[in-house]
Amino acid sequence: MQDPIRKNPLKKTRTALLPPAARSRKAHLLIPPAGRGEFALPRCAACGAFAWPVPEACPVCLSPDLPLTAAPRGGEVISATTAEVPADLYFRERAPWRVGLVAMDCGPQALVHLHPEAGQGDRVRLSLVLDRAGQAVLHAAPEGERDMASDPQWQEMAADPRRRRVLITDARHVAALPLAQALLAAGARQVWLGLDEAWKPFAGADAIRALEGAELVPLDLRSDRSVGDLARDLGGKVEILVNTADLLRPGMAFAPSVPAQTREMMEVAAFGLMRLMREFAPAMASRGADGTAPAAAWVNVTPVIARVPHPRFTGYGTAHAAALALAPALRQTLGTGGVRLMTAFTGPTDTDWFDAFPHPKLTGRAIATEIVAALKAGREELVIGDLARDWLKRHAENPRALEAELARGQY
Amino acid sequence: MSALPLLMDALGAGSVRVVDLTQTLTEDFPTIVLPPEFAQSATVRIERLSRYDAAGPAWYWNNLSFGEHTGTHFDAPAHWFTGRDRPLGTVDTMPAADMIAPACVIDCTEGTAVDDDYLLTREAVETWEMEHGPVPARSWVLMRTGWSRRQGAAYANLREDGAHTPGPDAEVMEWLVHDRGILGFGTETIGTDAGQGSHFSPPFPAHHFLHGAGRYGLQCLTALDQLPPTGAVLVTAPLKVHEGSGSPLRVLALVPGAAAG
Repeated sequence: MQDPIRKNPLKKTRTALLPPAARSRKAHLLIPPAGRGEFALPRCAACGAFAWPVPEACPVCLSPDLPLTAAPRGGEVISATTAEVPADLYFRERAPWRVGLVAMDCGPQALVHLHPEAGQGDRVRLSLVLDRAGQAVLHAAPEGERDMASDPQWQEMAADPRRRRVLITDARHVAALPLAQALLAAGARQVWLGLDEAWKPFAGADAIRALEGAELVPLDLRSDRSVGDLARDLGGKVEILVNTADLLRPGMAFAPSVPAQTREMMEVAAFGLMRLMREFAPAMASRGADGTAPAAAWVNVTPVIARVPHPRFTGYGTAHAAALALAPALRQTLGTGGVRLMTAFTGPTDTDWFDAFPHPKLTGRAIATEIVAALKAGREELVIGDLARDWLKRHAENPRALEAELARGQY
Repeated sequence: MSALPLLMDALGAGSVRVVDLTQTLTEDFPTIVLPPEFAQSATVRIERLSRYDAAGPAWYWNNLSFGEHTGTHFDAPAHWFTGRDRPLGTVDTMPAADMIAPACVIDCTEGTAVDDDYLLTREAVETWEMEHGPVPARSWVLMRTGWSRRQGAAYANLREDGAHTPGPDAEVMEWLVHDRGILGFGTETIGTDAGQGSHFSPPFPAHHFLHGAGRYGLQCLTALDQLPPTGAVLVTAPLKVHEGSGSPLRVLALVPGAAAG
């Protein structure tokens, strides 16, 4: 596999144009399921008919009640065409662009982005995916196992690590080494791993140094200077950033050490993310169309405790909830260049700090595998681990009951 | 006649020199690490407010934050439980006169070159006294180990069983404090105690005896090789932190210069 050609310093960096983003407010409802990789379409609650594109009322019975519903993903290509010179600037730059008209098994016909190997009459599998403008669009690929990496249109919407350079911000995270391994195995060109406080022992250093394509770099998210210095070196090179920075100290809100510990956790999780955003996000957004493997994604590895407050992890949850509140600003900044923000919610990991939690706990490898798969699929949210999924579900149903159960140590 | 004009003349003529014994306060300078169940000292943070930019077009300034026991720092008696009842035991109430005092420098570099856990003993100090005379009361005793030449991981020297850095043993601390009546004890390492000092009896003997007697500690000193064994005077003025247990500070030594007669 060839590395992308190095930049020609005499040429202007390509502006990160975006596909048309205007949609109806109803159509915006498709963004969350598309971001989660789900295939859900509006379906009339009255007559049961699926609809596409998202209508204001059911085209069959005029009912305004059209909740998003999981739909069968199959379809058949009615016609296929290639736009050689599209009028829209984004598509024109990326032409030729394949589009098709597909009769969906669930009923409606849809105009879709079409895999190069799909032609008229072929059976296809549909995906609801976010395009570079962050809008949900339909993509169709031939049924069966397909190499999505060979579809340049899919690659535009995904954030495939292939040929990209990745910064993992905290080498001490349980998933850092497995992430580096998985990203390199997926074709990443280079993986940098940030190491804070190099004066403290780090047992994983040798394994990282032994990994071809991986390199430890000094990075302490608690320090303006450290984050700024690394951005001066790598700000124009990072195409995928995986923020694994974390500091966990459990404790109820009233324990004497909790305020100082919370402050430190906030320094890492919330202010640290703010520092990273300030130094790396504008640079990545500006490189959304730079070369053949442009900046593509920013992944925040976020403990699900950020969403599900755990009474025994008061400071930790507070710090990560604050970090989560930074996501809209980060998403919008990255979005100006078509760079995706992905939040990977993790359940309790198989580390000392979660020793009182029941198994199975998350391994670093499980986290890494799911993140790399989600990057390839262009997702913007994933929940890793059964416990995390269960907590989110129970929290949505009855947060007070879950809070009481967690306080009693019932997981 | 006041001695101050003489001092100023000596400083001007170079017969008294000023030596800076302070490490630069940087963000990546090692700080004491406790088991994570305990509250941890914040490390040094320097947050830019503006530097002739949009946040302040004509001026440069920073916000600083740090624990009281970071960088080259001063320990007041209230830092340790044994000193909790001492009057004037915090940095804001301690006598200003204690901030200027003579220093004895004991060269331990031969021992620390071969043993990271080198311990200063009463016997070693008595050997030193045979050459330089008794350690005077109300003077600093500085343990010169060369440790300040180390950096990063080698400086902190953390292993599976904790830090391995030199320091005094329990006997010498009790003797220096109670028999010699020293004002304080200073080291080049992160603490006045040895890295393994928690396993001594009593644990952390330097802290235990010094602060219990209302005496002081200095750590993370540097440039001790520029000090004579006796004859130097230290200026050690910690920040006047309300009820402070210690503070980073600038430690200056006045030493006889080349022109000294």
